[in-house]
Amino acid sequence: MSDFTLERGLAAFRAEIDGPVAAFFSSCVHCGICAQSCPFYLETGDPKYTPILKLEPLRRIWAAEFTLMGRLKGLLGLNKKVTDEMLTQWEELIYDSCSMCGRCSLVCPVGNDIQAMVRKSREGMVASGHAPEGLIGAAVRAVQTGSPMGLQWKTLQVQINHVETSTGLTVPIDQAGVDYLVMLSSMEVINFPEYLEAITRIFDHAGVAWTLSTQCFEATNAGIQIGNKDVAAILVQRVVDAAIALGVKNVISPECGHAYTAIRWEGPNLIGKSYPFKVFHIVEVLDQLRAAGRIKTAGKELDRLSMHDPCNLARKSGVIDEQRHLIDLVAENFVELKEHGRFQWCCGAGGGVSSNERAEGLKLAAFKRKKAQIEEVEPARMVTICASCRTQLEEGLEHFNMDIPVIGLTELIAEHLVDKEESPS
Amino acid sequence: MIDPMDFLLLTKGPLFTLAIGICALGLAARLLEILVMGRKHNYSEPRAGEWLPGLRTVLSRTIADPGTIKRAPFNVVVGWLWHLGFIVTLLFFIPHIALIKSLLGLSWPGLPNPAVDLITAVTLVALVATLVHRLTHPVKRRISTVEDYLLWAVVFLVALSGYLAYNRIVTPYPLALGLHILCAEVLLIVLPFTKLTHIFTAFIARWYNGASFGRRGVQS
Repeated sequence: MSDFTLERGLAAFRAEIDGPVAAFFSSCVHCGICAQSCPFYLETGDPKYTPILKLEPLRRIWAAEFTLMGRLKGLLGLNKKVTDEMLTQWEELIYDSCSMCGRCSLVCPVGNDIQAMVRKSREGMVASGHAPEGLIGAAVRAVQTGSPMGLQWKTLQVQINHVETSTGLTVPIDQAGVDYLVMLSSMEVINFPEYLEAITRIFDHAGVAWTLSTQCFEATNAGIQIGNKDVAAILVQRVVDAAIALGVKNVISPECGHAYTAIRWEGPNLIGKSYPFKVFHIVEVLDQLRAAGRIKTAGKELDRLSMHDPCNLARKSGVIDEQRHLIDLVAENFVELKEHGRFQWCCGAGGGVSSNERAEGLKLAAFKRKKAQIEEVEPARMVTICASCRTQLEEGLEHFNMDIPVIGLTELIAEHLVDKEESPS
Repeated sequence: MIDPMDFLLLTKGPLFTLAIGICALGLAARLLEILVMGRKHNYSEPRAGEWLPGLRTVLSRTIADPGTIKRAPFNVVVGWLWHLGFIVTLLFFIPHIALIKSLLGLSWPGLPNPAVDLITAVTLVALVATLVHRLTHPVKRRISTVEDYLLWAVVFLVALSGYLAYNRIVTPYPLALGLHILCAEVLLIVLPFTKLTHIFTAFIARWYNGASFGRRGVQS
């Protein structure tokens, strides 16, 4: 890869400007309502975190080069320039204080999709050499080792051995022609191995033909988070190649938010073609199995449970009802957070914020919004469907000395499966 | 010093034609420069269509979500109040309807003058409130530009000059009316080249937003 320069950065910003971007910037009236939807602004009170302000570099390039007036002003040398100094200053705004949760895109009165433009802006930031070290590290590790955390198959193999020992089941590996290729996230393998055990048990219970792939197990995409299409395309291509090599009909994205955005929505555009397979989040698959009567559960959790909707799944992908159908199967006493579904609040760790060590303080500040939501309904435990959100909730609740355990929905379902021998058939 | 009647005729005649012409051509250019850019083909498998969710968002963004109303009540209520007041006055004041009829041949029933007078007064107060808010709220102060303040003045002067003319506060009447028309012409001329284009482009923006979320299965 050649050097990152301002020129390359400006070209990358320019390449991201399309009809929607032009319509959005033409329409902004500086009302500031987007700030009222941003956990980073709301919890710090610093107006520099106003979402629309984060787009100023992209806006300047649009105004100067893509509008009639901008071109006239350009002849007179009146346009404000985007400089390296400016981008250095904006790095914090575009990365550290934005989890790309998309809440601003849902409340802007003129309809500006601000989150989409932050995603676009990151392309310019990377190309101009203004991406945070933590994210660069994750992206380099992902490209070089296949995992943003540098995790190797042999580590996963150890987990597989544990799962096989504790369940007495076989974890299928490299099985060609099965229905589902299961992808994982490194964070799950390291922090939440119970996920793999849960799907092994659920899929055995439901008679699902599935497999892992030694060619590629990592679903996450550091390229999407840092905002670089080249890196993102390399990582998505690995998933596509693995799925095609095994000839599977479907790929399952794990309990992770951005992996789903990466594979389900951005992936086909990154590689420039449609997939010969379908992509589902694990809760979509579990809900389909539930609807088909293939998941039989017994007993319910009796304590008060509430749920955190990951932004990438609920607001940005419409995965909202599925997790509720599933939790209804196993929870007697479920309570919604007041703003949930598409209007949920971000945990504060998404969009690469959690991989960006420098942003630790802001990440914790943004979490306070989630904390307040949780305090409002006083659950005994929280349920979620994204390993990154789960880690943030666990760490945040721990930080504030709140004794509220966090669990993954998939493992919760697995705990209530009726044993096959017991199930009446 | 120009004679008030000559001034009125100037604003009603050549200046009005000029303002309408600049507004129409400018807007056409602006809308064209947005629409010709288009979007790249999207290869991801959609959950739903784009057109209906897009149109739904065009309408639905007019009303803020309950959370936003709670967190930014001033923005929502005052913003709504003055936009509605401005539009109602523009479209339902009987002399305005007569003007539209002479231009487009279309007409509709108007509101009684005292009602429009009251609505204009409310609009003026609401506009002053938005200015105070812009000058005092930390977010608005941080993101406001010179253009925001100039355009506030243009919009305010259009409403104020109309109010003064109707209530015969400025005399002679031809001068007052001429000033009102002149203010409106300034608004028309700057409309295509400033954030006032949102009057038209916000619908395109909302459509794109609704279409993008809609194809992913989210009502936006």
